[in-house]
Amino acid sequence: MSSKVDVAALAKLARLEVSKEELHKLENEIPAILAFVETIQKVSAKAPISKANLRNVMREDENPHETGIYTESLLSTAPAREGDRIAVKQVIKRNKE
Amino acid sequence: MLDIKTLTIAGARRDLDAKKYSSLELTKVYLSEIEKRDTESHSFLEVFKDSALAEAKAADERIYRDESAPLTGIPIAIKDNILIEGRVVSAGSKILENYIASYDSICTEKLKSQNVVFLGRTNMDEFAMGSSTENSAFGPSKNPHDTARTPGGSSGGSAAAVAGNLALAALGSDTGGSVRQPAAFCGVVGLKPTYGAVSRFGLIAMGSSLDQIGPLTKTVEDSRLLFEAIRGYDPNDSTSLENNAKSGKVIDGNHGRRLGVPRAFLKEGIQPDVLQNFEKTLSALEKAGYEIQDVEMPNLAHSLAVYYIVMPAEASTNLARFDGIRYGLSVPADNIEDTYRKTRGIGFGQEVRRRILVGTFVLSAGYADAYYRKARAVREIIKADFMNAFNSVDAIVTPTTPGPAFKFGEKSDPLSMYLEDIFTVPVNLAGVPAISVPAGSVLREKVMLPLGFQIIGKPEDEGLLFSIGKDVERAYPAPWRTA
Repeated sequence: MSSKVDVAALAKLARLEVSKEELHKLENEIPAILAFVETIQKVSAKAPISKANLRNVMREDENPHETGIYTESLLSTAPAREGDRIAVKQVIKRNKE
Repeated sequence: MLDIKTLTIAGARRDLDAKKYSSLELTKVYLSEIEKRDTESHSFLEVFKDSALAEAKAADERIYRDESAPLTGIPIAIKDNILIEGRVVSAGSKILENYIASYDSICTEKLKSQNVVFLGRTNMDEFAMGSSTENSAFGPSKNPHDTARTPGGSSGGSAAAVAGNLALAALGSDTGGSVRQPAAFCGVVGLKPTYGAVSRFGLIAMGSSLDQIGPLTKTVEDSRLLFEAIRGYDPNDSTSLENNAKSGKVIDGNHGRRLGVPRAFLKEGIQPDVLQNFEKTLSALEKAGYEIQDVEMPNLAHSLAVYYIVMPAEASTNLARFDGIRYGLSVPADNIEDTYRKTRGIGFGQEVRRRILVGTFVLSAGYADAYYRKARAVREIIKADFMNAFNSVDAIVTPTTPGPAFKFGEKSDPLSMYLEDIFTVPVNLAGVPAISVPAGSVLREKVMLPLGFQIIGKPEDEGLLFSIGKDVERAYPAPWRTA
């Protein structure tokens, strides 16, 4: 495994703004952490790649609660609201830049 | 005479029901202690003074009607990642500094139904990422045994509150040792229940396949009382165990006495006097009729590596919801991308950012097979090591930590901090229950520091952990132990 990690690319994927100094620091720290966890490569040869032993748990789509009873308590935590809606900046751009 | 230093939940229950004092009097004593001493120790991020007094009065009404439940009127502290409706809950983070919970966690609901008194929310490492409270966005907590040392983490505030007699008991959460390690560092009892025994609904998620809420108490009996109050099947948590009614029930005295020690795993990394102390506890248990065996658990050595792949992966996913849109901090920006990036860049602390980036890496295309999926596979064989060991022993025992409480700033390199969890992490990977019971102490720079003895059981065998734990308590009598 190459020890150079593109931390800037990871930060973009994780939607995290990282300063230049921190980027430099992380470019040393993250490979060190990855080198530490890479030891599992030695073990995995013996272990089958497992299928997750999980199942979806759903409830029946019935008996909805009364409309609006949680609206205010949920909206009160939103940083920006318009009436009964959370205000969000434009996500989809109409014109290509 | 009310002496909170020697008080336990069991003792307070007797006293309250006998009307020796009221819950209001008891609550006022704790609130006064917190006011006098917690500016220094910083166990609490917020004290719920007004509501605590009101809750105590409601508890007293119930007690006077002779209708008390086991925890009625008992003053408890709650870790800052467990939701109480209408209260700020911040997971020790600036990104949720002013967030008010819109619902109760199931644990909160269960405790409210018993008329417990909620004293306040306790300090923690941010988003439960840490083993010392040094990663809290609001400053660290201090260990009552030596204020130059950390109380452990991430439930450090809860452990320090109980050990410092600022609460009679506390709830914490444990993902890789975050209840057990601070319990060991502070000389109190810490339980991580079987995965699924306690509902995670209303616990701010860190590693969803690892997290459990657990009690921090002075005694094993108190741990059992608090565990009984919070456990149970919950349809809101799809990983909640059904039919776990049998957990916690064991006939004292007539329990399994074969203890397994994974000797090979204890060869390195433990401070010599800590190992000596562990042996001393084993001898005491042998005298009490226990049989000590070596157990082979060859894959335990990979636990930390597996954990530091699986946990950051799950945490990076769980923390994606903090984006400045629905709740929490929102940094003003010109466009939506900058809203996300700046909010998360400013709102999250250093360790959180580091783990989100590691998690993003191990899940990313081209690396997910080599890291995340392989870690999942190795996790299964670590779990198998536990199940194999339980064929020949009833419980597995280790020191809870490789050393006593460390000093602030001592573990500044992230990897050295991660190594603190070496004995606790395997338990969360396997989903089995484990308890840390105070057992002995070691001298560091003229101060006696407590140590923990960890007992690990089969799934849903908390009852056995309590029985063995009580025998460990008998070997190390404490002032609050009644005869």
